[in-house]
Amino acid sequence: MTLDSVKHAAETPDTGQPWAELGLKPDEYARIREILGRRPTGAELAMYSVMWSEHCSYKSSKVHLRQFGEKAPENDALLVGIGENAGVVDVGQGYAVTFKVESHNHPSYIEPYQGAATGVGGIVRDILAMGARPVAVMDPLRFGAADHPDTKRVLPGVVAGIGGYGNCLGLPNIGGEVVFDACYQGNPLVNALCVGVMKHEDIHLAKASGAGNKVILYGARTGGDGIGGVSVLASETFDDSKPTKRPAVQVGDPFQEKLLIECTLEIFREDLVDGIQDLGGAGLSCATSELASAGSGGMRVELDTVPLRDSSLSPEEILMSESQERMCAVVEPGKVDRFMEICEKWDVIATVIGEVTDGERLEIFWHGEQIVDVPPRTVAHEGPVYERPYARPDWQDALQADDAGKLARPETAEELRAQVLKVISSPNQASKSWITDQYDRFVQGNTVLAQPEDSGMVRIDEDTDLGVAVATDGNGRYAKLDPYAGAQLALAESYRNVAASGARPLAISNCLNFGSPEDPAVMWQFAEATRGLADGCLELGTPVTGGNVSLYNQTGETAIHPTPVVAVLGVIDDVNRRTPIAFSDEGHLLYLLGDTKEELGGSAWSQVVHDHLGGLPPAVDLGREKLLAEILISASRDGMVDAAHDLSDGGLIQALAESCLRGGKGARIVVPDAIDPFVFLFSESAGRAVVAVPRSEELRFTDMCGARGLPATRVGVVDGEEIDVQGQFSIPLAELREAHEATIPALLA
Amino acid sequence: MTARVGVITFPGTLDDRDTQRAVRVAGLEPVPLWHRDKDLKQVDAVVLPGGFSYGDYLRAGAISRFSPVMETVIEQAKGGMPVLGICNGFQVLTESHLLPGAMLRNNHLHFICREQKLRVENAGTAWTSDYEAGQEISIPLKNIDGRYVADERTLDELEAEGRVAFRYLDGNPNGSLRDIAGITNAAGNVVGLMPHPEHAVEPLVGTGRTDGLGFFTSLLKKLVNA
Repeated sequence: MTLDSVKHAAETPDTGQPWAELGLKPDEYARIREILGRRPTGAELAMYSVMWSEHCSYKSSKVHLRQFGEKAPENDALLVGIGENAGVVDVGQGYAVTFKVESHNHPSYIEPYQGAATGVGGIVRDILAMGARPVAVMDPLRFGAADHPDTKRVLPGVVAGIGGYGNCLGLPNIGGEVVFDACYQGNPLVNALCVGVMKHEDIHLAKASGAGNKVILYGARTGGDGIGGVSVLASETFDDSKPTKRPAVQVGDPFQEKLLIECTLEIFREDLVDGIQDLGGAGLSCATSELASAGSGGMRVELDTVPLRDSSLSPEEILMSESQERMCAVVEPGKVDRFMEICEKWDVIATVIGEVTDGERLEIFWHGEQIVDVPPRTVAHEGPVYERPYARPDWQDALQADDAGKLARPETAEELRAQVLKVISSPNQASKSWITDQYDRFVQGNTVLAQPEDSGMVRIDEDTDLGVAVATDGNGRYAKLDPYAGAQLALAESYRNVAASGARPLAISNCLNFGSPEDPAVMWQFAEATRGLADGCLELGTPVTGGNVSLYNQTGETAIHPTPVVAVLGVIDDVNRRTPIAFSDEGHLLYLLGDTKEELGGSAWSQVVHDHLGGLPPAVDLGREKLLAEILISASRDGMVDAAHDLSDGGLIQALAESCLRGGKGARIVVPDAIDPFVFLFSESAGRAVVAVPRSEELRFTDMCGARGLPATRVGVVDGEEIDVQGQFSIPLAELREAHEATIPALLA
Repeated sequence: MTARVGVITFPGTLDDRDTQRAVRVAGLEPVPLWHRDKDLKQVDAVVLPGGFSYGDYLRAGAISRFSPVMETVIEQAKGGMPVLGICNGFQVLTESHLLPGAMLRNNHLHFICREQKLRVENAGTAWTSDYEAGQEISIPLKNIDGRYVADERTLDELEAEGRVAFRYLDGNPNGSLRDIAGITNAAGNVVGLMPHPEHAVEPLVGTGRTDGLGFFTSLLKKLVNA
């Protein structure tokens, strides 16, 4: 077969090309021809097809994502913003923290173990590429109905993959979520977050500058796995009529990644790289074009020097392969020898594959013949942008009119008790320790808080006890009822979780999981959610540092609930001051902070007891969220509270049950006069938390709440071996524990 | 001069920095050792930390056992130098035949991470003298290949000679025979266990308990008195 060189392409303008099979649209192919002034070579077509995929180019979401920059709050802490591998935040004492959440949804449905494992691997390399040592991971997960047979295929594989990869890297898994809903049956969501720490001066960026500098590919050899992962897999809707896409799923080797981490950190310590980029989605196509595009010159690559696992791979396949555990660095000639020595020390293969040129083109050669000659920006940064049509779906009004307030409520105390147990033992509200116990949360020896705490917290300086906290949240049910409010509620909950642990929220990352952008109803959900999130971040003063959009999450015509997952990062000056959720000391007083209104739309109660989704989600008041956070942070810093737990799905009773079980202590609860006990226990009004206050601190604490105008209602005391809601019912802790902890093992073990 | 404790890093070792910290917290000086280097840098004792050395490919510990550093460790262990193997380090010690038996995949086939209660059965080793025989401690456990097995005769010998150093309490987490969590050699200088004492040395992190510190203070006393 003739090599499709640049020269050959120019001579054969009419040769048919498989652009449609590679996921390109007719006008996109026409535009590539226009940019190049000829037909693309096979290799160029491969590069454009993966880089212009929805997953890499954000072509449908870009016009909406711009708001995150346009509405960004003034924030001195932001050191690196959107656009790099991950954003970087100043946390003080010379430290910078980078964090990001990404999706690996479609691969994890097709091949749960490898899909989830390589999701962890990819986000860890993103963090590493910024110059940081990865210090923690967490995984927000969504699966189909807990009792569906396919959930039993997907979930254990995903959990084992996350554990198998993350545990082997030595990264503590400190949080995340597991949510079940039938809407995710054919399209689970596997999001992965990583946090990394570095000193300010260690920040590295993905750019290639300095003519003559060498381009070094290091890490695993390139194989045939993951070809077209971002285009044919991540950017299309699943359809049973097409052949299996399993070959488009990458295969991970965590041992190789661990070596790559240690090797790269040693390379950073000796200041040996000018620019660096990990190889993830779109592989070498992405790394070379992004490095060249962000730098000052061009780049020349000898593709036949790339070490291969399979010598029969074509140049197109090498450019598209998403083989894992690879990095690409730009290194000054004088530093190449030392770079190679460090790679040799860690048994990591490293190869000079090209160099930075003083031109403006990305040029790739195959055994001396040129197969790529493109302006790199047109591949990496100037892909197509779509203003997709969007429209509020016609069913939205009916959905919102179907008020959860009309649902039948418990009529007796016994019925209320039974419903409490039913909610607490339901798969979404039950303990997830069967899952999280498969992840190592202790490794690195810096874990201060981990699941089931409100946020995961790690110490980042052993001398000063400076630490960071991260929480992720997202409620697809709320977002379905109102995507604007739903996105803000996800932000508010994550923000509240970080503050409840005693940390000050600084910045956010997000993973926006939605259905097909070609559906105007889905696009409306996306537009509303991004607008809500951008407005919310502006009001809370927490900028978006980066994140990921995952579209085409649907099966046939049915989209998932819109699921914006929000990760909030906070800082705490002294982790000794953290606030756990556990009620550990009898006699401590329980205060409910915030206002409880009758808000049951999208609630756990409406789902578990009535299988209902309708009405409006809880009202959002971000001013109140800020006030609540300030109170929680002050209370932590000044030692006024012994425990704090945010209130979210499941309401007050859920939080009480978790805090009691965590501390092994009961609680006596008094329902305030003005409120219905059922609403008191199950309402999901936002902007609330429950705190345990030592008697000696009660006056100081209530004075502070009073002075700042935060409603604080005394609702009980930590006491005994049961949760006793006076005048209503009591549940012994042993019975509560059985209800809360037996569900998930019974379904999945 | 304080006692020096070597901490080996194999490719894929994870808990080396944590172990160095634990050594330091106990008042000893940690000395990083590299798998390719036979030189033990005149340390007084060696810890083989946890992790997935060589990815646990082939068998946990099977490849590390042949690394250059292990030649010297095996030689000096036979000469009485205190050696502690934690988790993957325990697996390397059994593969090296410094300790009998082997670790298989957990009987439930899952990775398990939890706080685990143990009973210190032998408080006469280089690594346990700061505990009392029969003392109950609680430290993190985290592994997938943690099921201790050996033939009946070996198990009987271990029991008869008091070489079962630690036993699982309140539920065997992985199907280990006779609830064995860790063992010692006859001389008491080589000890291996699956749970992680190095993750239980500070009240601030992990489980909030410091029950693992005794391993390192035991060593300190032995080395200082020697």
